[in-house]
Amino acid sequence: MLVYFIRRMMQAVLVLFIMSILVFVGVFSIGNPVDILINPQADQEEIARAIRVLGLDKPLWEQYWLFLVNAARGDLGRSFVFNIPAIELILQRMPATMELAICATFMGVLMGIPLGMWAGLKPDSVSGKSIMAGSILGFSLPTFWVGLMLIMIFAVYLGWLPSTGRGQTRNFLGIELSILTWDGIKHMMMPAFNLALFKLSLVIRLARAGTREAILQDYVKFARAKGLRSGRIIGVHVFKNIMIPIVTVLGLELGSTIAFAVVTETVFAWPGMGKLIIDSINLLDRPVIVAYLMIIVFMFIVINLVVDLMYSVLDPRVRIAEARG
Amino acid sequence: MTDAAPTLVVENLRTHFFTKAGVVKAVDDVSFTVGKGRILGLVGESGSGKSVTGFSIMGLVDAPGRVVGGRILFRGENLAEASEEQVRRLRGSRIAMIFQDPMMTLNPVLRIDTQMIEAVQAHDSVDRETARRRARDALGKVGIPSPDERLQAYPHQFSGGMRQRVAIATALLHKPDLIICDEPTTALDVTIQGQILYEMQKLCRDSGTSLVWITHDLSVIAGLADEVCVMYAGRIVEAGTVDEVLDRPLHPYTLGLIGSVPSRNVRGRPLAQIPGMTPSLLGLPAGCAFRTRCGRADDACLITPEISAPLPDRPIRCFHPVLAGPA
Repeated sequence: MLVYFIRRMMQAVLVLFIMSILVFVGVFSIGNPVDILINPQADQEEIARAIRVLGLDKPLWEQYWLFLVNAARGDLGRSFVFNIPAIELILQRMPATMELAICATFMGVLMGIPLGMWAGLKPDSVSGKSIMAGSILGFSLPTFWVGLMLIMIFAVYLGWLPSTGRGQTRNFLGIELSILTWDGIKHMMMPAFNLALFKLSLVIRLARAGTREAILQDYVKFARAKGLRSGRIIGVHVFKNIMIPIVTVLGLELGSTIAFAVVTETVFAWPGMGKLIIDSINLLDRPVIVAYLMIIVFMFIVINLVVDLMYSVLDPRVRIAEARG
Repeated sequence: MTDAAPTLVVENLRTHFFTKAGVVKAVDDVSFTVGKGRILGLVGESGSGKSVTGFSIMGLVDAPGRVVGGRILFRGENLAEASEEQVRRLRGSRIAMIFQDPMMTLNPVLRIDTQMIEAVQAHDSVDRETARRRARDALGKVGIPSPDERLQAYPHQFSGGMRQRVAIATALLHKPDLIICDEPTTALDVTIQGQILYEMQKLCRDSGTSLVWITHDLSVIAGLADEVCVMYAGRIVEAGTVDEVLDRPLHPYTLGLIGSVPSRNVRGRPLAQIPGMTPSLLGLPAGCAFRTRCGRADDACLITPEISAPLPDRPIRCFHPVLAGPA
C-alpha cells in the first residue's frame, strides 16, 4: 500500500513538471501582457521599466527557471493585475467553485442513479424511454443555452429564483458557503442544475447500462432463487455492482466539472475560479493563468488517486490484487 | 412408483417464449412426479427445455417467457397459479435451486456471510448472530474447512468447487423439501464432481429431500437418480426408473444418447453419434421432433406421437420403440 502510494506521488510530480513546461510555453505564446496592462500613453521609458518589474525582459528559459524555483517554495507568482499572490487570488475564489461543482455532482448522482436504474429495470416502459430521451437532450444541449433558458423561465417569467451571484453566504470553518443559507441555496439551484445536467445524463446512461447487464447475471437469479425480496436484490445486489463504473467516471468528471465550470459561472455570474480564469485570459494575467492550470492539474491527480482508493473499497477483487502486487 | 404424497407433481406444463421471431415452445406438455426423498434425473441435449422446466417450477422464467399451461403441484399447492409473493416465500425455503456455473452464482462484490445471512433472514425473522451461526453450520456441513473464517471471504477467494459448495450450503439453509439442481457439477473437475454427487446423495437420504437433477450427462444420472425423464425439443420422450431406461431404452433418441457415452467396451471403435443437431425450437419439423435425425422414422412419424406405454410403467413418445433392446 505504501509502495503504491509513493509510486503514485512520484508519477504526480512528473506530470506536474511536464504540465508546467507546456503551460508556460503556451501562455508565453498567446500575447504580450504589457500591451494590455500599460497605459497606451506611457512613454518608452515607462514601458521598459514595467517590463523589467514584471520580469518579462529575461529570456523564456530564465523566466521558467525562476518560476520553478519559486514554485518549489510554494510561490506561483503575483498577479499582474491585482498585485497579490496568484495562488491567494485563486484560493479566494476556490470555495465558490468547489461548492458549485460538488453540489452539481451530488445532484447528478442522487437523481441519476435512481432514474437510470428505473430505466434499466423497465427499458420498454414509457417512463424508461422518456428518461433515456431526456438524457440524450442533457448530453446534446449546449450548457450555456440551457443556462440562459433556465434564467428565462425561472428568473424572468416565473421570478422564482435569482439569476446571478452567490446570494447570502455564511462562514463555516473559515470558508464562505452559500448552501448554509436559504438565500444561498436559491442562488445555487439553477447554476448547480445547469452544471449537473451533463453528469446527470452520464450517470443515467451508466446506471441503466449497468442495471440491464446486472439483472441478467446468474447472481441475480440466484438471489431470487434464495427468495429475497426484489427491493433487496435491486438495492444491494444490483446497486453495488453498478457503482463501480459510476464512481470511476464520476471521479474523473468531478475534475472536469471544477475545471470547466467556466461556462456556467459566466452565465450565472458565479464568482468562482472559472470566472477568474476567463478574466485573467482576457487581461493576459500570466501568473494567474499558470497558477490556475497548475492547481487544476494537481486537483486531477488527487481526484484520480481518491477514485482508485474508492474503487478498491467497492470492488473486493481490486483490493486483493493490490495486496499481492 | 409414486408415493402416497409426492413432493412435486408437474402436469402438462407448458412454458412458451414469445419472441419477435415467433412463439418458442421451450417446454411443451411435460409431466412428471417426484416422490419424497427421490431423485429425478432430467436428461437432454442443450436446448431441450430441461433448464426452463426447472426455472418454471421456481417461478423464475424471465420475460418474454411465461408458463402458459399446466399445473405445478408442490405438496398439493399449485405454483403455476400462486401469487408472486406466495412463490417467493417458498423459494429458498421449501424449494431451493443450485445453478450450473458456480463462478457466476455468487455476487462478486458481497461477502459470503452477507449473501448467506440475507438468505436466512429472507424467510425467518432471526437476528444477525443467529443467522450467521446457521450459515456457518451449513458451510461446515458441506465440507468447507474453517467456516467461520471463510464466511468473511469474498467469492473470488474460493475455487469453483468451493463456490458450488457455498451455493449448496445456501440452498440447504432452510432444509428445503425439494432442490432443483441445474447441472451443478458440469463446470467442475471430475474429482470434485464425484465428491459433490456423493454429498448431495447423502444429504437427500438423511433429510428426505427430493431432488430434480438436470443434466446432459447420462453417466451422472446412472449413479445418482432413481427415476429419469429424457427430454427432447421441449417434450419428455421417455421416462422410467434409471435401471430400466438405461438398460433397455425404448426411444431411439435415448438409445442414441446411451450409444454416444464413451465406454470401455467399445474402445478403438469410433464413438456413435446422433446425426444432425437439436432443431431450432422456432422451426420444429412437423410430427415427431426427432424424425429428421431418427433412423427408424417413416411416414407415421409425420403425426406427433402421443404418450404410449409399450411396456408397463414405460411411457414414451414414439411409434417405433426399440423393443429388441441394445445388443
